[in-house]
Amino acid sequence: MIEQLTVFLENTEGRLSALCRSLADAGIDMSALTIAEVADYGVVRIICSDPERAVDVLDEKGFRAMDTRVLAIEVPNKPGGLADLLETLGKLGVNIEYGYCFSIDSNRAVDVLKVSDPQAAAKAVQDAGYKLFTLDELV
Amino acid sequence: MDTQQDILTMPHEQLEALQLEGVKKTVVACYENVAFYRESFDAAGFDPYAVESLDDLSKAPFVTKQDLRDNYPFGMFAVPRSEVKEIHMSSGTTGVATVGGYTDHDLRIWGDCFARGIRFAQGGVDDVCHICYGYGLFTGGLGAHYGSLAAGCTTIPISAGNTERQIRVLREMGSTILCCTPSYAMHIADTAIEMGIDPATEFSLRAGIHGAEPFSNNFRADLERKLNYKVLDVYGLTETMGPGVAIECWEQDGLHLAEDHFFAEIIDPETGERVPDGEWGELVLTSIDREASPVVRYRTRDITRFLPGTCKCGRTHKRIDRLHGRTDDMLIVRGVNVFPSQIEDVMKTFEEASSWYQLELTTKGSLDVVTLKVEVNPGFDFDQMSAIQNLQRQIKAALKTALSVGVEVKVVEPKSIPRSEGKAKRIIDLREGAN
Repeated sequence: MIEQLTVFLENTEGRLSALCRSLADAGIDMSALTIAEVADYGVVRIICSDPERAVDVLDEKGFRAMDTRVLAIEVPNKPGGLADLLETLGKLGVNIEYGYCFSIDSNRAVDVLKVSDPQAAAKAVQDAGYKLFTLDELV
Repeated sequence: MDTQQDILTMPHEQLEALQLEGVKKTVVACYENVAFYRESFDAAGFDPYAVESLDDLSKAPFVTKQDLRDNYPFGMFAVPRSEVKEIHMSSGTTGVATVGGYTDHDLRIWGDCFARGIRFAQGGVDDVCHICYGYGLFTGGLGAHYGSLAAGCTTIPISAGNTERQIRVLREMGSTILCCTPSYAMHIADTAIEMGIDPATEFSLRAGIHGAEPFSNNFRADLERKLNYKVLDVYGLTETMGPGVAIECWEQDGLHLAEDHFFAEIIDPETGERVPDGEWGELVLTSIDREASPVVRYRTRDITRFLPGTCKCGRTHKRIDRLHGRTDDMLIVRGVNVFPSQIEDVMKTFEEASSWYQLELTTKGSLDVVTLKVEVNPGFDFDQMSAIQNLQRQIKAALKTALSVGVEVKVVEPKSIPRSEGKAKRIIDLREGAN
């Protein structure tokens, strides 16, 4: 399990850029960033170094930020990598709230998944033969 | 030092006898010295020389803020200008200002009235009283100032603004009593926390005497936690004196009216008739011993009620409930009457929502559109989009139930609702034809 940085942003000009600049100024290194949005606001989810410090930095800058536990699961970087994982999770009864994926080299990809019971899900996917990344391996 | 304990615990019948004497003098002085009252009493057929009981006063006509404005600047004075030693004025943001004049005697009773709040907090010569209401024509600053002097405190007349300096002085001078608006007290607390100072341990506050704007019990609890002190609500208005007309005692169970200086009635704002004790209505005040600017049946537009029973503190002066809005703060939205206090009541039921919210009224086509912007509290788990949507939906439903008006709810980022150094701005009316 890793800590993901989650930030609430109003859908106004310059907020995403202010967010990224604040993290840059604090020397926080990002490995992945994804945005979910509706008309008025968005939720930005970020994999980065030192997420706890990132929350403090952003709080001070007037952002509403929090950290969230997610699973970062290693899958082979080839067709069917994600599909296999999802089928396994389906069989295990693990319910996914949201997720996003990125590749780290030509052989490996990372599937970041938010599940309702991360503790139990972590154990179940590891028992099924999958490897979980630590934050240090990703940033 | 005179603690006025005898006056504050006087049997109520005795107090009423004192009130009757005062009211009789006031109506006669107004009739004989103020052209406006002479005309309005005559027009209403009210004989100021025939008042035999406090009930007889209900035959007198009301005086309104507009009447005071119409007689700007000195038309309502009941003494020669040379006896008026100080002038205060309401802000006048909604029209011509109203003027209050004070003789030496009036200034002394004002100080005594405000000092009661400090005495209710067991305050006196051992206290340092930090006053950051604005000084000037606004009655907040000098009213608290005279009260602090009357109670014997060391007075710090720092006025409003320059919050970092306020924080330094509060910390370094060990102020024990804080007088300002509740929203400014919150701003001081939050700014101190941002500066890395914990006001709960690094300040020495015991009591805050906060008024000039309504605040909820949640807001009070927040303040008391952050500043580690006890908050007393103070009520007053420039038109009848300034802060000190009524103040909460240490029981925090209603505000004791200064009944030795004011005779209060609560009326139905529609019919003008007195309502039974315990029922909500508009507060109407008559001066008992004000010399320069006495009022007879001044309609305050403030909604409150008399609290039944006696206070645990043992003082006999009647209590009014904390204000429940103003008759002229009422908004008419798509034909429906909406009181800001109703919105406050709804918002305080949501733990996730902070006390920073604002209602924005706009026009779309010919329809009023109401949008409530709210900042969420730090503990709120918004990681899933649905969490924010659910909160917005729940607030919207609760507002719809309470107000019978549809309100769009938007969660906004921290600090995006403006923090004011004076009154909190809860309502922004951008409707065409508004104001």
